[in-house]
Amino acid sequence: MSVKRVEQAIIAAEELNETLNAFLEIDRAGALQRAAAVEHSDGPLAGVPVAVKDNICVLGLQASCGSRILGNYHPPYNATVIERLTQAGAVVIGKTNCDEFAMGSSNENSAFGPVRNPWDTTRVPGGSSGGSAAAVAAGIVPVALGSDTGGSVRQPASLVGVVGLKPTYGRNSRYGLVAFASSLDQVGIFARKVEDVARVLGVIAGRDSRDATTADVPVPDYVASLPGDLKGARLGFPRALFGEGLDEAVGNAVKAVVDVYRELGAEIVDVDLPHAKYAIAVYYIIATAEASSNLARFDGVRYGFRAEDTPELRQMYRRTREQGFGAEVKRRIMLGTYVLSAGYYDAYYLKAQKVRTMIKNDFLSAFESCDAIITPTAPSTAFAIGEKVDDPLAMYLNDIYTVTANLAGVPGISVPCGLSTERLPIGFQLLGPYWSEPMLFKLAHAYAEARPFIERPPVFAPSV
Amino acid sequence: MPIEEKDIAKVAQLAHLELDDEELKVFGPQIAGVITYVEQLNELDTANVAPALGGLTPEGEQTNSSRDDEIAPSLGQKIALAEAPDPAEGHFRVPKVL
Repeated sequence: MSVKRVEQAIIAAEELNETLNAFLEIDRAGALQRAAAVEHSDGPLAGVPVAVKDNICVLGLQASCGSRILGNYHPPYNATVIERLTQAGAVVIGKTNCDEFAMGSSNENSAFGPVRNPWDTTRVPGGSSGGSAAAVAAGIVPVALGSDTGGSVRQPASLVGVVGLKPTYGRNSRYGLVAFASSLDQVGIFARKVEDVARVLGVIAGRDSRDATTADVPVPDYVASLPGDLKGARLGFPRALFGEGLDEAVGNAVKAVVDVYRELGAEIVDVDLPHAKYAIAVYYIIATAEASSNLARFDGVRYGFRAEDTPELRQMYRRTREQGFGAEVKRRIMLGTYVLSAGYYDAYYLKAQKVRTMIKNDFLSAFESCDAIITPTAPSTAFAIGEKVDDPLAMYLNDIYTVTANLAGVPGISVPCGLSTERLPIGFQLLGPYWSEPMLFKLAHAYAEARPFIERPPVFAPSV
Repeated sequence: MPIEEKDIAKVAQLAHLELDDEELKVFGPQIAGVITYVEQLNELDTANVAPALGGLTPEGEQTNSSRDDEIAPSLGQKIALAEAPDPAEGHFRVPKVL
C-alpha cells in the first residue's frame, strides 16, 4: 500500500515538474526503499508521501536552500522534524524549490528558476515555500513542509489554494532548518485538508533538546480538536486592516468568510491592532539583521561552493559570497549589515525591537476580547512572474498580513475561501494566542466543512 | 540621511561581499528606498518601551535548556570534512591569509 502510494506521488512529481519546477530533487530510489520499509508500519503517517522544502535537512538528500552557494550540499544529518516524520512512517519523496534562503514572496529568487502556480503557470505560487505549496496544490503529495519567517508558508498556501500553518514560536524544533532569521523562523505545514495539518503537527511538535528555543509545552491531540460547534467562539475583526492596499475581491471574499462564521454561531467582535501598519518596517530591520549574522557562515571553507582563482583568504570569502549569493540575498545581507553597523544600531535595530514589543502587546490586548483574529492572508491573488522583481519594497508588502504573527510569535493558519473571477485562489488567515493551534484548527475545520474548497487547478496530478 | 555609493561600498566590505559596479548602482537606491521606508518608525514614541526579547512566549522563556556537560557522539572528522571544498589531511584548507 505505502509503496504504491509513494510511487504514484513520485510519478506525478516527475511528470509535473517540467511544468511547475516545484522539485529540486526527486528521490525515486530512496523513497521507494523507505516506503517498502514502512509497508507494515502502524505509525500515524505510515506510507504518506511528503515533500520537504530544500532548506530543511534530510539525510541523503541535497539542501541547496535555492542557492548556488550550497548547490549540491548534502547535510550529514536529519532535521528533528524529519526524524519525527520518518518515525511516524512518512516517506520524504523529494526536496522542493524555494526562494534563496527563504527570502522572497514569489519564488523568483531561487537560483534554480521560479516555481509556477498550478492555477496559472504564468503566475507565481507565492513564496518563499512555493515549491512545497505547488506540490500540495497540484495533488502530488497530501502534505509538505515549509518554513515561515514572515509568511513563507501562509502566503503561498493562499496563492495556490491550500491550507498552511505557521505554529507558535517554539512549537517545532528548528534543528536542521537552515537559519534565516532565528527569532522569526518556524517550520510550517501545507496540506489540502485541515485535518492533515493537525495530524502532522501532532507528530513534529514538541520540545527538542537540540533547539533551546523549543518550549516545554505539552502537545495536545490536535485531531481531536477539530470537531465541535462554534457557539461561544469569539472572532476578532480588525476593520482597519481591510482598507488601503487590499485587493477588493480578496477583501470581499474574506468579509464573506466572516459572515459564514457568524452563521456558524461565532460572535464577531471588533478588534484593533494599531501598530500592525509598522510591521513591515520592523520586519525588514529585524529579519535582515538576523540574516546578515546567520549567513556569515557561508564563506567557502567548510561546505558548499568556493570561488576559484582566489589566492588570498579574504578575497576568497568575498568572491565566494559574491558569486554564490543571488541579488535579493545580497540586498538583505547589506541591509542587515547597515542597520547593525556602528552608529546605527540604536536608530534602527533597537527601535525596531521596541516597536516589536508594541505589536506583541497589540495582540495580547486584542486576545483579551477574542479567541482568534481573521484577516486576509495576502493583499492580492497570485501575480504574474516578473511583475514585482524590480521593486523590492512592493514585493515586501505582500507580507503585510503575515509578518505580524512572526514578530509576536503567535500561530497563524491560511485557509482557502474560493476563487477570483480569474480563477485564482483566495485565502483568509486566522491568528490566535500562543499555543492556540487547537482553536485555530477547530475554526478552520468548521469553515472548511461549511464551505468546502473542492476546485482543482488545471495542473493536477493524473488520477490513477 | 542620504545613502551614497561609498556607503554601500563600505557596507559591502563589512558584509564580505565583492559587489561589481552594476550592483553598486542598483543596490544603492533600492537600499536607500527601504531605509527611508523603515524610518516611519520614528513617528512612534518608544521612550518607555522595552525591546522585545525575540518573539518568545512566556512558556518558552521558562523552559530550562541547560544540560549536563557530557561527551556525546558527534559527526567525526571524516563526515565533517565530506562536504568541504578543499579538505586536506583532516583539515579545511584555505588560501593564504597574508
